[in-house]
Amino acid sequence: MGLRELWDYRELLYFLTWRDVKVRYKQTALGAAWAIIQPLLMMLVFSLFFGRLGGIKSDGIPYPIFTFCALLPWQLFAHALTESSNSLVANERLITKVYFPRLVVPMAAVLGGLVDFAVAFVVLLLLMAYYGIVPTSAVFALPAFILLAIMTALAVGLWLSALNVKYRDVRYTINFLIQFWMFATPVAYPSSLVPEKWRAFYGLNPMAGVVEGFRWAMLGSKAPGAMLWVSIGVVILMLVGGLYYFRRMEQEFADVV
Amino acid sequence: MTDIAIKCDGLSKQYRIGERESYKALRDVITDAATAPFRRVRSAMRNANGSQVRTPKSEIRNSFWALDDVSFEVKRGEVVGIIGRNGAGKSTLLKILSRITKPTRGHARIHGRVGSLLEVGTGFHPELTGRENIYLNAAILGMRKAEVAKRFDEIVAFAEVEKFIDTPVKRYSSGMYVRLAFAVAAHLEPEILVIDEVLAVGDAAFQKKCLGKIGEVAHGGRTVLFVSHNMEAILRLCDRAVLLEGGAIATHGETAEVVGAYLRTGASQLEIVDLTEAMRGISVRGQALLTAVRMDPLKPHGSWRLPFGEEISFEVEIEAKAKVHQIELGVALNSGRGFEIASCFSSQSLVRSALEPGRYKYSVKYPALRLVPGAYSFGLGLRSDAGFEDYIADAFTIEVVPSELSASFGADSFRGAIVPEARFRLVPIASSLPQTCLT
Repeated sequence: MGLRELWDYRELLYFLTWRDVKVRYKQTALGAAWAIIQPLLMMLVFSLFFGRLGGIKSDGIPYPIFTFCALLPWQLFAHALTESSNSLVANERLITKVYFPRLVVPMAAVLGGLVDFAVAFVVLLLLMAYYGIVPTSAVFALPAFILLAIMTALAVGLWLSALNVKYRDVRYTINFLIQFWMFATPVAYPSSLVPEKWRAFYGLNPMAGVVEGFRWAMLGSKAPGAMLWVSIGVVILMLVGGLYYFRRMEQEFADVV
Repeated sequence: MTDIAIKCDGLSKQYRIGERESYKALRDVITDAATAPFRRVRSAMRNANGSQVRTPKSEIRNSFWALDDVSFEVKRGEVVGIIGRNGAGKSTLLKILSRITKPTRGHARIHGRVGSLLEVGTGFHPELTGRENIYLNAAILGMRKAEVAKRFDEIVAFAEVEKFIDTPVKRYSSGMYVRLAFAVAAHLEPEILVIDEVLAVGDAAFQKKCLGKIGEVAHGGRTVLFVSHNMEAILRLCDRAVLLEGGAIATHGETAEVVGAYLRTGASQLEIVDLTEAMRGISVRGQALLTAVRMDPLKPHGSWRLPFGEEISFEVEIEAKAKVHQIELGVALNSGRGFEIASCFSSQSLVRSALEPGRYKYSVKYPALRLVPGAYSFGLGLRSDAGFEDYIADAFTIEVVPSELSASFGADSFRGAIVPEARFRLVPIASSLPQTCLT
């Protein structure tokens, strides 16, 4: 799989990630504030329409923090997926002029979202303090869920970025795909809305496992159970498939991009 | 440890014409797949009628071999020049050797870490400072952070940008930008270095410095593959050279011989030289572009081979993409060895004018430029009030062949480049006449 070579290029991975973050913050007037504004506004809208008017139950947790806690991994995923899918095309110059393991490009794009995530995470902690929520020992599982969110984004991003090199239509489907996916993910509603017997099946959407896992780790809601294992299985399958497909396609990238 | 650094065996690379411009839309693939059964039925029916079967679309599209069965070896520590016209396959060869693209057939075996330099400043980001770009670019070229940190001051000093190292490179002049980019690359220390035409940029003094640096690298025992149109540099730096023509090796061996062979091929060009794909200076604006050069077709010799003493004339076609002001054409004449001999601008005889978007042509005539028989290359530049719009260092070549006139005064073996029309008079000097009264 050439993972050894990838390890040799770890510094490049670091620099490309760092470049993406740095340039994004340099070019925007509000910089890091965007990382907070977006989930906060979404939280307000969801709280008003789903929580207040729609009367959606939130497993006994105040609705605003219930949805904000889910928006964090969701935004991390959505950002990582968008960036990684466009990454190969955006780095066309690099790909046609220099050799390095191409995997570095979508990986760096995915990792770039972590900085925004960290900023928004501070807001989550403030909200938790406001609502007086103290995390249980499940909080130690949090890094695993962050990793799972990133792996999900990378798994899909590998497929889409490689496809995007050949078929530029992919770019237009991404926004649509992400919107669609969000409503299929328990961000604005709890997965307990899904009937018990279907819940493991629901885990086929790996982000369902991630989001519920996040709530469990931070807010102490119910543990995700079987759903999570299904999600993990799906992610591993998609990631291995994505790596395989990417590896097979990468020899053509420089000729086609 | 073997003695061979690079061994190419039957390298071939096929490209589909037009592949780079048109991306396949998913739609086409889907409709292709959906209509395929019908096409098959239809063609079967036609076949039954005895009419010709239509070839599927994908096979009509022409493909060409950018490289065709190229085999050679490079020994450890050798410096090998690769020369050839635009489109001869040099860049494709380098891309394969630096693993950017895979050969369609054949394979290359490379022993050692390859550092390739196909472009200066790959990955530079305008928003980042000089310092940041050094680290980023170095990482892209495969240098370790610790290595860069150690040589950081050296890189900055070489680029002569000490004062601006913490300024975003978008505020750099194009010269500074190129210097910094080259400086990073020059401090790369791979076992095998692959360089493509990086010297087409920068001012003369810096080009000289770059060449010096490459020479240093070359003589430091590193294996170097060097692609250039600058024959002077090739002659000076390379132990051996390979001449590519139409994707295949035309000659290879002793540098001087191969360069000689290359210069002789200069005259076999078409009447029109297409410039759209030619190698550009990196900092051109591109609002107006050089598109083609055309030899006067009415000339008896028609081609790019001109008898000594004959008027040199050609047409340069350009295309303005947007409205440009005060446009002027610059023409540089270079010796076959890459020295600039003479240059001039259209504004010497033509008012600089504003151009609406569209296509135009300049006709250029040198009525009395008597070049010593040999090969010459022309560089072209387009300049507007906003700066250089386009620049091609090596646009086309001509060959001046001996004529009766040149033979009459033996100009074929003159050493310079030009036989100027000069007036000579010979008169006796009164005071030097033999005088007897001097004591």
